[in-house]
Amino acid sequence: MEDKVISKADFSSMVDRLIQEGEYDSIEGVKTKDGKYFFGSLTNSGELCLDYDVTLLPPKKYFLPQRETVITFRQGERPAPEPVAEASSVVLIGVHPYDLKAMELCEAVYSAPPADPNLMIRKSKTVVIGVDCLNPNPQSFSASMGFATTESGYDLMLTDIGDSYVVSVGTDRGADLLARYGRAADATATNLARRDEVREMSLGRYEKSLSMPADEIPAILNETWDSRVFAEKSEVCLSCGSCVMVCPTCVCFDVEDTVALSLDSGERYRKWDSCMLTDFAKVATGENFREDRESRFRHRMHRKGKYLLERYDKPGCVGCGRCGLACLVDIALPADTYNLLKEAS
Amino acid sequence: MEMHLTPQASIHLPRLAELVRAEDITRVERVYEFKLADGAELGHRPGQFVEVSLFGIGEAPISISSSPTKRGTFEIAVRAVGNVTNALQKLEVGSTVGIRGPFGNGFPVEEFKNKDLLIVAGGIGLFPVRSLINFVRDNRAHVNRLIIVFGCRRPEERLFCDELATWSQCEQTEFLETVDTCDESWTGNVGVVTSLFPKIDIDAEDTYAVVVGPPVMYRFVVNECLKKGIPEDQIVLSLERRMKCGVGKCGHCQMDGSYVCQDGPVYTYSVLKQMKEAI
Repeated sequence: MEDKVISKADFSSMVDRLIQEGEYDSIEGVKTKDGKYFFGSLTNSGELCLDYDVTLLPPKKYFLPQRETVITFRQGERPAPEPVAEASSVVLIGVHPYDLKAMELCEAVYSAPPADPNLMIRKSKTVVIGVDCLNPNPQSFSASMGFATTESGYDLMLTDIGDSYVVSVGTDRGADLLARYGRAADATATNLARRDEVREMSLGRYEKSLSMPADEIPAILNETWDSRVFAEKSEVCLSCGSCVMVCPTCVCFDVEDTVALSLDSGERYRKWDSCMLTDFAKVATGENFREDRESRFRHRMHRKGKYLLERYDKPGCVGCGRCGLACLVDIALPADTYNLLKEAS
Repeated sequence: MEMHLTPQASIHLPRLAELVRAEDITRVERVYEFKLADGAELGHRPGQFVEVSLFGIGEAPISISSSPTKRGTFEIAVRAVGNVTNALQKLEVGSTVGIRGPFGNGFPVEEFKNKDLLIVAGGIGLFPVRSLINFVRDNRAHVNRLIIVFGCRRPEERLFCDELATWSQCEQTEFLETVDTCDESWTGNVGVVTSLFPKIDIDAEDTYAVVVGPPVMYRFVVNECLKKGIPEDQIVLSLERRMKCGVGKCGHCQMDGSYVCQDGPVYTYSVLKQMKEAI
C-alpha cells in the first residue's frame, strides 16, 4: 500500500487527539520508567517513547493476558457455565517488527481449528501502529531471523527519519485512522531513500547473530538431539521460567478454577505457563515426562527453532533477545545455543 | 467492555452431564456413568478421551471406557490420584459435571477390519481398551480373531472382574491373564504380561496389536510383538500425557512436535520410534 510522511509534532498531535476523543477504549504505547521500557496506557503523547530498544514484556499481553477468565459458573446443582471474552478497542502504538511477527505466530496457533475466539476478537479490535527498531538491545538477533523489518502485521508502520516518520500503510483500517486523526502527506522519494538508509544503518547495530541462515535451524536441531550442548547449557538452569515469561512467541497456558468467597459462584481462568518449570509435563499419577533440566531446555530450543515452524509455518523465535536479557545465568538466548549446535554438528 | 460469545465458540466451555451411576471397581478405582444433559450421544471413537470438569475444582483428561455401541450414556473409569479425580470419587449420583470432547484420534478401528486383533492391557490401561474390546465384541464380524491379554500386579487389583469372566468364557474371544505376584489362592498365570507371549500363536502379518499400559510396559511388550513378526505399523499404542486443554493450544501434552491431545493419544510404533520423547 502507500507510504506517507508525518512530522513528529503532527504525530504527537495525532496521539493526543486519539486520547482525547475517546473513540477507542484505550490508547496504549511504549513508556519508560527507571531506564526500562514497557507497554502501558497513555494519558498524553509526551509519555510515548518510540526510540526504545525492547520492552520488558511483549505486547502479546494485549491479546493473551497473563490471566484471563474463560468461563464463569455457579456452584451447586446447576453450574450454568458461561463463556467469557473480555475485549476492548485499543490503538497500540510502537510495536517493533519482531513483536509483530511474533503476534502472527500467536494468531496462527490460536486460529488453528478449533479456534480460540478470545485472542481473535481482541486482535480484531486493536489497531496496531508499529515502529522500526533502529537501536536494538544487546541480546537481539532479530536481524538474523529476518525480522529487522516487516511487511506485514501492522495497520501503520513508522520509521524515524529525523524530524518526521515515514508511515507505511498496511491496511485500510490504518489508512482510515491516519486520514481521520493525522496530518500526513505523501512520502517523497527523498523520504523513502532516507527510510531505507536508516533501516540499513540499524542492521549494523545488532551485537548478536546466528552463524547460519535461520532456515537451517530445524536441520541442525534434527542432527543434534543427543548433543552435549543441551546438558552443558542447562546445567546451571534455575528452572525459573523467566525466559518464557518474557517471550513474545510463548503461548502455553495453565487452567485453574477459583471460587468466590460466598461459595455460590466461580470462574475458570487461564494463565501463562512455562515449559521450563519442573512440573509442566507432570501427570496426576506422578510421572513427569520432562523431569530433568536438560530435557526441558532441549524442548524449549526445539519448540522455538523447529516444532512451531513445522506446525504453523512461522518461526517460533523472532530473535527479540528478551530471554537473553531476563535469564539470570545467561543460557536462554536461542541464537547462542543454535550457534554452539552448529559448531558441534 | 465485556463481550459474551456464543457458547459454541469457546474452546473452554463444557457441556453438562449428569452422573447416573457410580460403582467401585477396586479401593481406589471407580466407574462413572454419565448422561449428557442435552440428551445427545457423546459420539466418540474407542481410544478417545474427554475433559471432565468439576466446577470449582478443575478439569482432568480421562479416557472413555465404554463402547460407542452403548447408547444414551457413556462411562469413564478412574483411579483417584489428583484433585479432580479425588473429588470425583465423592460425587453423588444425580450430580452435574462438565464434559469437553471427545478429543484425540482414537484407535484406527477401520484398519482392524478383517484382521486379527491382539489387545494387550496392563493395569488401568484396561480402561481405554475396554471401549475397543466391547466395541469389537458388539461388532464381532469386524475382526477375525480377538485375543485379549491382561496383566495386573495382584489379583485384588483385577479390574471389571465380571467382564473379564465373560471374555474368558466367550468362545469367540481368546483371553489370557496374569498377575505379577499372588498367594496360593490364585491358580492362574504368574509373571509380567510378556510371560504370556509364548502361549500366543498368531499370524503376525495379519495381526494388529493394541498395547495400553504403564510406560514401563511398552518397551517390553513392543519388543515381544516385534519378535513375533508383527509389522511396526500394526503395533498400536496409546500414550498418557498431561492433556490440559484438549485442543492443541496449552502445550502441556507436547511430545516432540506432536500434540498428544490432537495427533494422539494413539500412535503406531513406526511413528513413535522416530520420536525421541515417546517412550
